[in-house]
Amino acid sequence: MSIALTNIYHTYSKGTPFERLALQDVSLEIAKGEIVAVIGHTGSGKSTLVQHLNGLLKPDKGQAAIDGVNINAKGTQAKAARQQVGMVFQYPEHQIFAETVFEDIAFGPRNKGFNEDEVAKQVREAMAFVGLDYDTFAQRSPFQLSGGQMRRVAIAGVVAMNPDYLVLDEPSAGLDPRSRNAVFREIMALHKSRGIAIVLVTHSMEEAVKYADRLLVINGGKVLFDGQPAAIFKEHGAELVQVGVDVPQVYKLAALLRQQGLELPEGIKDEAALIKAIKKAKGWK
Amino acid sequence: MMLSDITLGQYFPGNSLVHRLDPRTKILATIIYIIAIFFASAPLSYGILTGFAAVVILISRLPWLLVLKSLKPIWIIVILTMLIHMFTAPGEHIIFTWKFLSVTQEGLDMGLKMAVRLILLLLFSSVLTFTTSPIVLTDGIESLLRPFKRVGVPAHELAMMMTIALRFIPTLLEETDRIMKAQTARGADFSSGNLLERMKNMLPLLVPLFISAFRRADELAVAMEARCYRGGEGRTRMHELAFAAGDYAALTLTVLLAVGLAVLRWGNVCVL
Amino acid sequence: MIKIENLKHYYTDADGNEVKALDGVTLEIKQGEFVAVIGANGSGKSTLARHLNCLLLPTSGRVEVGGKDTLDEKHMWYIRQQVGMVFQNPDNQIVAAIVEEDVAFGPENIGVAGPEIAPRVAKALAAVGMTDYARHAPHLLSGGQKQRVAIAGIMALEPKCIVLDEPTAMLDPQGRKEIVSTVRRLNKEKGITIVYITHYMTEALAADRVVVMEKGHIRFTGTPREVFSRVDELEQLGLEAPLAAKVASELRKSGVKLSENIITDEELAQALCQLH
Repeated sequence: MSIALTNIYHTYSKGTPFERLALQDVSLEIAKGEIVAVIGHTGSGKSTLVQHLNGLLKPDKGQAAIDGVNINAKGTQAKAARQQVGMVFQYPEHQIFAETVFEDIAFGPRNKGFNEDEVAKQVREAMAFVGLDYDTFAQRSPFQLSGGQMRRVAIAGVVAMNPDYLVLDEPSAGLDPRSRNAVFREIMALHKSRGIAIVLVTHSMEEAVKYADRLLVINGGKVLFDGQPAAIFKEHGAELVQVGVDVPQVYKLAALLRQQGLELPEGIKDEAALIKAIKKAKGWK
Repeated sequence: MMLSDITLGQYFPGNSLVHRLDPRTKILATIIYIIAIFFASAPLSYGILTGFAAVVILISRLPWLLVLKSLKPIWIIVILTMLIHMFTAPGEHIIFTWKFLSVTQEGLDMGLKMAVRLILLLLFSSVLTFTTSPIVLTDGIESLLRPFKRVGVPAHELAMMMTIALRFIPTLLEETDRIMKAQTARGADFSSGNLLERMKNMLPLLVPLFISAFRRADELAVAMEARCYRGGEGRTRMHELAFAAGDYAALTLTVLLAVGLAVLRWGNVCVL
Repeated sequence: MIKIENLKHYYTDADGNEVKALDGVTLEIKQGEFVAVIGANGSGKSTLARHLNCLLLPTSGRVEVGGKDTLDEKHMWYIRQQVGMVFQNPDNQIVAAIVEEDVAFGPENIGVAGPEIAPRVAKALAAVGMTDYARHAPHLLSGGQKQRVAIAGIMALEPKCIVLDEPTAMLDPQGRKEIVSTVRRLNKEKGITIVYITHYMTEALAADRVVVMEKGHIRFTGTPREVFSRVDELEQLGLEAPLAAKVASELRKSGVKLSENIITDEELAQALCQLH
């Protein structure tokens, strides 16, 4: 089970003075159950790239396929394949339109042709996943909720389509630390319980190393690096800084401590792991 | 994507002779040119008008492709206008007939003329918007409308509204594109069904778009207030408008064009 | 420069409940100072900001700018010229479709004579490093660049103080860096008083003083060092301390003797080095 992009090229405003090559010869595969972080500075092509995963953008050259089905073909099979990929855009709460939370989340499942019982079931489950109590929120207007709650409604609207792959573009943008952590907790729970693949587009290296087991670094419309976060940061730290990608804080601190003679293992990905490693290196309990 | 293809109303920065003209000159010249279009009758007149437009585009150093692209949104209207005139204009020289429809020489001429008129009209006004930054354009309109303030024309307010509209058109187009994609990813279908169904299908697009537009308006109003905006009273301008030699020359030329075309059309009657 | 005394701001929300957005805030900001205000969403920090240039008026208490009460209507335009404001969404504060014409908007509003505006605009654009973009269309700029244009639009009014209300919340890391360094430069080189509202702690590190807000109150204030070493209290408020401070605090909790005021990586590394 996987999404495969093969030799994808994409050009914006083709044939006009504003023509711009956004992707060139991108090939990659994302397997079901993976957590992939896509990073790169603004304009690197990462948004263009993820929009090829579910046919929102069509390649000028190359092919996008899910389990061998070309998603840009015509017909119901291709459409079904496209709908296996859920997509949460930046500031998804700005796309909410319905009068009640229920109706908004039900939009996707209804479009998928589910009957009302199934729709209700999907909505309930999706709301549970994003931590919104059904009885409290289902019949409320989404527009009267807080920013963090609205974001959850929007994410639930995609989750309710029961996708195998979930692409999230900066899901924590504009939230305060508390809501940020909550949103990620929910996404990770979803990954665990349903085995959904997560494709996380982010500017935050902290998030990338904390949550992803694979990193895709995009630069100039090409895949610059593809591999384990720890390995990439260790081997290509300097190049990453050059292309405008920061090394995560926890890596920087660990590197500094190593310089000072502390023996810390590679691949420390969050604060808790760092503290544990420091204690071990120092021989503290 | 159709949305990004709409170039009308987008400024193309440059420093050509046309770019530097006073906006009032360009607005007036465009109006005179449009009047001149309706003076045209003989093929010669259309030749002159086309030549005039071509020279102006040449001087303005705009990419031809860009200018021609501004015709894209209206080509259907052009063709429709042409067809309607072709089939409905009365005439004697029938070229061919099919069932109750017949095309006459007069109808064909008329249809072609109307199409050329529409194209010239749009081309010339695109040059105006391509070579004049929206805010300067609004300054021009405001300045031209100022004499009518006494009879209740809110010149400044209209100009401010236009400035903001022009500033936000690209932003809202981008937003529309984004919302459309998001809803498409949730299985929305904006292109099939009958008219009523389509309207209903547009709701998931229109509701967020309106909400966002209102939010933007709200935030913009606060930001403007914070920057000491309090209406047109006592406002100054960075670039006070001033006519230069070039403006007089350009206006004179355009007036001559219009007069010339009028003479071509009615000249015989008048002179004789 | 700015004096806030027992400021309260109450309003009624859509459901008819009274909201105490600010409930007794007292704060003084000196000329040339760089003050960061932090707090979770809904802590009242934006409401506070909007009182500084008459966008909101106190329910009770007072706000004085340069000795002038914001409640006195005749000072409003003076105060708005003295205290400029930059907002969160870079798109929704740019009025004109050309950068330099947008920057000219403020001076035009206060009636600066035509020929004097262009030099002001040039100076303001230079101050934020956007001179090369004077003739560009704002919608084609990056978020950080747009936000710098917005700051230039304020600078062209020649204010004494700039209030920035989460100016980096919608920007990428590159844009965030641009804004922080621009703001710091304006403060150091031009002596502009800065009130910087954010929930990114790393950005508050640049300030002279940090004010921490919760539920309409000021919880505590101090230098960045004093504030960020209070790791647990910050966490309770839904805020994040810098990583080094968090690690130091955790280690202290398990009995390691580390100084209370470690907030940077270097300090932590050094302190750990000396311990055995």
